[in-house]
Amino acid sequence: MPTNKTLAILGAGKLGIVLTQLAIKAGYSVYIAGSSSPDKIALTIKVLTPGATAATVNDAIDHADIVILALPLGKYRTLPAGLLAGKLVIDAMNYWWEVDGNDSEFNNPTTSSSEIVQQFLQGSRVVKAISHMGYHHLHDEARPAGQTGRKAIAIAGDDDSDNQAVATLVNDLGFDPVIIGPLARGNILEPGHELFGANLDHQTLQAIASNHK
Amino acid sequence: MATKNSAPAKSDQPYVQFGLDSFGDLPRDADGRLMTYAAAIRQVIDEAVLADKLGIDAIALGEHHRSEFSISSPEMVLATIAGKTTNIKLASGVTVLSSDDPVRVFQRFATLDAASNGRAQVILGRGSFTESFPLFGYDLKDYEILFEEKIQLFAELVKEEPVTWSGTTRPSLTRADVFPKTESKHLDTLVGVGGSPQSVVRAAKYGFPVMLAIIGGSPDRFVPYVDLYQHAAREFGTSSDFIGMHSPGFIADTDAEAVKIAWPAHKANFDRIGKSRGWPPITREHFDYEVANGSLYIGSPETVAQKIAKSIRTLNVQRFDLVYGGGPMPASARMHMVELYGSKVIPRVRELLAQPDKPAKTKNADK
Repeated sequence: MPTNKTLAILGAGKLGIVLTQLAIKAGYSVYIAGSSSPDKIALTIKVLTPGATAATVNDAIDHADIVILALPLGKYRTLPAGLLAGKLVIDAMNYWWEVDGNDSEFNNPTTSSSEIVQQFLQGSRVVKAISHMGYHHLHDEARPAGQTGRKAIAIAGDDDSDNQAVATLVNDLGFDPVIIGPLARGNILEPGHELFGANLDHQTLQAIASNHK
Repeated sequence: MATKNSAPAKSDQPYVQFGLDSFGDLPRDADGRLMTYAAAIRQVIDEAVLADKLGIDAIALGEHHRSEFSISSPEMVLATIAGKTTNIKLASGVTVLSSDDPVRVFQRFATLDAASNGRAQVILGRGSFTESFPLFGYDLKDYEILFEEKIQLFAELVKEEPVTWSGTTRPSLTRADVFPKTESKHLDTLVGVGGSPQSVVRAAKYGFPVMLAIIGGSPDRFVPYVDLYQHAAREFGTSSDFIGMHSPGFIADTDAEAVKIAWPAHKANFDRIGKSRGWPPITREHFDYEVANGSLYIGSPETVAQKIAKSIRTLNVQRFDLVYGGGPMPASARMHMVELYGSKVIPRVRELLAQPDKPAKTKNADK
């Protein structure tokens, strides 16, 4: 039976690994899937994220209510949209032209990349979060609630209760959640915008997001 | 497969190698003007000659295809350095194998190895930039397969026997014999990795030693990667246990002087690259964080030596390379940095490493 304490993390690269480490530390069960079979990443998972389970994409999704996308954005069309229907999907991906190619749909300045992902994952509830902070900052800066110097992570989603669920997760991972608005608002977290790369405290992040037109 | 390392081991302490890495950033001349690409290359050659005189173990030159950097053909520069030096290892850092031909890479470095009496060292990598892909006609969509196939072929080539190979990214080879052969029958080959776990596992699979590029954040983040490499090497039955690291830094006579020179140069570089990648300008706060707790080794010889010694101990690496002179920095300051690294920092790090490991020693570095 899936619970909110079970996560699927799709992508076993730098970001996926750091998120898995933080989630395990926070007491979550984590199923992590790379781009090929689980045995390809089994050793990596055993050594870098003990406690997590290497799984296929489908198995990982099956086990969890919350799925984090930590794969290269250019591969989003490989996601099993049917299986992801009904799930809360956290889009932590960014358009990185160097890897994703420079001639893509993501060059459209009016639609944020998370909206494109939401269009593809029609049956899922997509929330953009954990996308703006570099993976080494995620690793170095996670700290318990209330500790001085705690950093914030922005959340953009259309449904209030989904945003709250993501906020709980963000808090558990070691960061102050800041809900900045609906999914479309996530454009201000993208590469080329002020909050991309942001490693800021709650107040500062909130202030920049509020001032951003 | 260990690297050729004949350095004297005085005690039971393993001998740690120290290197200097450059991408051939364009420095500024005495009047503050940006130097030409040609002058920037000659500057690196002069720095390498000085490094050799000071007994620094290695110079590693990274291949780039961007306007900030003068070095796109490391082995050409290394061959020139070979003729002017006697001991220093001549490394690339990295050679972007994905967009190169493994056969030609082998030939060029085997040639360098001949010219330098066995001092050539190729560090293969995917690089953190991708300009070479369109330049040489490769599709970024093949990013993974290009490296995977080419490193596999390279692992065959370094056996220095006729190679039979087929793949999808270059024409196949049937008992192809590749020349020149090296005298040692072993072209020193490492793999540079930037923190992708798959890259670490792949290097271990082929038995190549690893250089970790640690360019941001706390170095102890990489402790599990060292574990992963060792686990993977055992699993694949390869004997490699050599791990090195490279991180950026700058040394001047005092902490204040080092920061005064390094900050504007670092910012110029970071912001320029960030502009094309969509990240915002670096703040002084972020810079100071990296200097204090992260992966910028900037300060006086004592500050930098303390920080290097701490990282070497934390990660248990056998080689530390300082990426020096990043950004438009005065050429004279770079030369002085090489001098300080060779004459003060390295001896001091060796002294620190010879002492028993006590946490109290790191106190000086925190000032």
